[in-house]
Amino acid sequence: MSEVLAEVRDPGAAVSGSPARARQVLRRLRSDRPAMAGLIVTGVLVLAAVLAPLLTALEGQDTTTFHTQLLDSARGGVPRGALGGAGADHWLGVEPTTGRDLFARALYGARISFAVAFGTLVVQLLLGVAVGLAAGFGGRWADATLGRLIDLAISFPQLMFAIALLAIVPQSFPRPVLLMLVIGLFNWGGTARLTRGQVLSLKSRDYVAAARLSGASPGRIALREILPGALPQVLTYAAILLPGNMVSEAGLSFLGVGVHPPASSWGQMLSTATTWFRADPMYVLVPGLSLLTAVLAFTLLADGLRAALDPKASLRGRR
Amino acid sequence: MTRYLLRRLGSLLVLLVVMTAVVYGIFYAIPADPAVLVCGKGCDGGQLASIHHKLGLDQPITTQYWHFLEGLVAGRDYSSGPDVSHCAAPCLGYSFQTDLPVLSLIAQRLPVSLSLTAGALVLWTVTGVALGLVSALRERRLTDRLITVFVLGGLGTPVFVSGLLLLMVFCGWLRWLDFPVYVPLTEDPAGWARNLVLPWLTLTILQSAIFTRLTHTGMLETLSEDHIRTVRAYGLPERRVIGRHALRGALTPLISINAVEFGAVLVNAMLTETLFGLPGIGQLIVQSSNNVDLPVVAGLTLTAGLAVVLANTAADLLYAAVDRRVVLT
Repeated sequence: MSEVLAEVRDPGAAVSGSPARARQVLRRLRSDRPAMAGLIVTGVLVLAAVLAPLLTALEGQDTTTFHTQLLDSARGGVPRGALGGAGADHWLGVEPTTGRDLFARALYGARISFAVAFGTLVVQLLLGVAVGLAAGFGGRWADATLGRLIDLAISFPQLMFAIALLAIVPQSFPRPVLLMLVIGLFNWGGTARLTRGQVLSLKSRDYVAAARLSGASPGRIALREILPGALPQVLTYAAILLPGNMVSEAGLSFLGVGVHPPASSWGQMLSTATTWFRADPMYVLVPGLSLLTAVLAFTLLADGLRAALDPKASLRGRR
Repeated sequence: MTRYLLRRLGSLLVLLVVMTAVVYGIFYAIPADPAVLVCGKGCDGGQLASIHHKLGLDQPITTQYWHFLEGLVAGRDYSSGPDVSHCAAPCLGYSFQTDLPVLSLIAQRLPVSLSLTAGALVLWTVTGVALGLVSALRERRLTDRLITVFVLGGLGTPVFVSGLLLLMVFCGWLRWLDFPVYVPLTEDPAGWARNLVLPWLTLTILQSAIFTRLTHTGMLETLSEDHIRTVRAYGLPERRVIGRHALRGALTPLISINAVEFGAVLVNAMLTETLFGLPGIGQLIVQSSNNVDLPVVAGLTLTAGLAVVLANTAADLLYAAVDRRVVLT
């Protein structure tokens, strides 16, 4: 009986949160070189985004000043010099036709990208966990109805709705917040499905039965006994959503319904760069490679986390 | 089986009604007025009111939505002044912007989107299965590692980045190809294919990465099963073990993947069309959303939703046909 009580007090320990398990996961993660590379690159990028004002001040540039004297008007406004005008003054060169500093614009784009990705994740987790918990815990009818809803949310081409929604919401509404809401609102199905599965498997555990027998209310069982047990898996899964969110934001901005100028975002820079790929390759490469690096680093880190928790479920298929 | 189909049909109807209702709801909640866009600059109150009346925007949104459903099932009549035009079922209405029937707008652009996705589908299936097979048979060797890098890179590269990089290399530096311009297949098959090479490759990089991974894991799983050990023990040559027995088990799940991925493919095709300026469905969605063209957006949502559900149902049926162990309920 005392064993059961101990489990009831710390339901997470019964599942996956024990210190020994955590140490094992950390050790696996540390020996995973791609994941550690992902962690380092992610760390540097996030730090650079946070310190953007400082770094651009160090460069001596900002995101909005036009430098038309650096452009070759005879060639349609292409930056003078090799590598799109990159040099000591403009580390990554300048934008064609406006001459705005690319380093500053890419760096501030990173802020938007990361902020939207994390904000979206919060929306996804809140919605997904709530629906998944209700489906797994709410009985047959709730499960059937919400299960259908989850299937729908997963298979539906959400970006179509997102475009329509973004195109018609007035410009006065803060764009990054809107992006978080819209992307999150249309992409919570995976989280919900996973949460539901976890809840279903935890529901039949002895410690949950013990809690029920000791008279705990269903709400209490769901939130205090089952949720803590399901969270480690759900949060690990959620990490893999981050790079996806970044791509969604970039995609919507690329289509012209995301972040609007003068604010910058990688996707929006890429969309204006479409016509310059021949004359000024730097203009494509700066936002393109920034996005690629960030997405790859986040993916490696998230995949490493998942592999450390469950070696069989890795993207890289190691066994 | 019949029960399964009936249930699918029922949920399909509910789904389509919910989706279109959401589209109408969203458009009702927003302050943008499509009539202002139609009317253009220097538009006075009288003109605006008459456009409102013509487009049916002076009616309550529930009435507008009801007419939309009615047109879908039974067709509806449009009166613009003296003459009445009948739009036969399934009627998706007329575009606010161009006055063209939505159905013909979609039909007009469908060949472009189909050319893009069908061609790319063949490419990514072949590439993905081949790479997955090779990486499974050469596990942990250099080829496997290279393919793993390709998978990670392919999965992490959004189509608008890979497409731009392809453009930079093949149109910019090597100058092997011109910037794609869509040419109908019926006019000039060679030109059609030449102009679609880069868009096809763009979609293939992403989707074949998914296929490679699935074939790889499917293959390894099947190879470790008992029946493979049995045919090997019978002394069948390895070629036949792989080709006839293992590959079948590994490829069956891929059938449903194309259906599950259908929504994602739609979205990526849309981005690819926008990047290369191909006049397909994707471009129509972006344009009509920006123009608050309610009938076109509603029609497209309906069509896309229908396609997604049909693809999923078809995959379930196919899966059950290929794998006798699957029972549809």
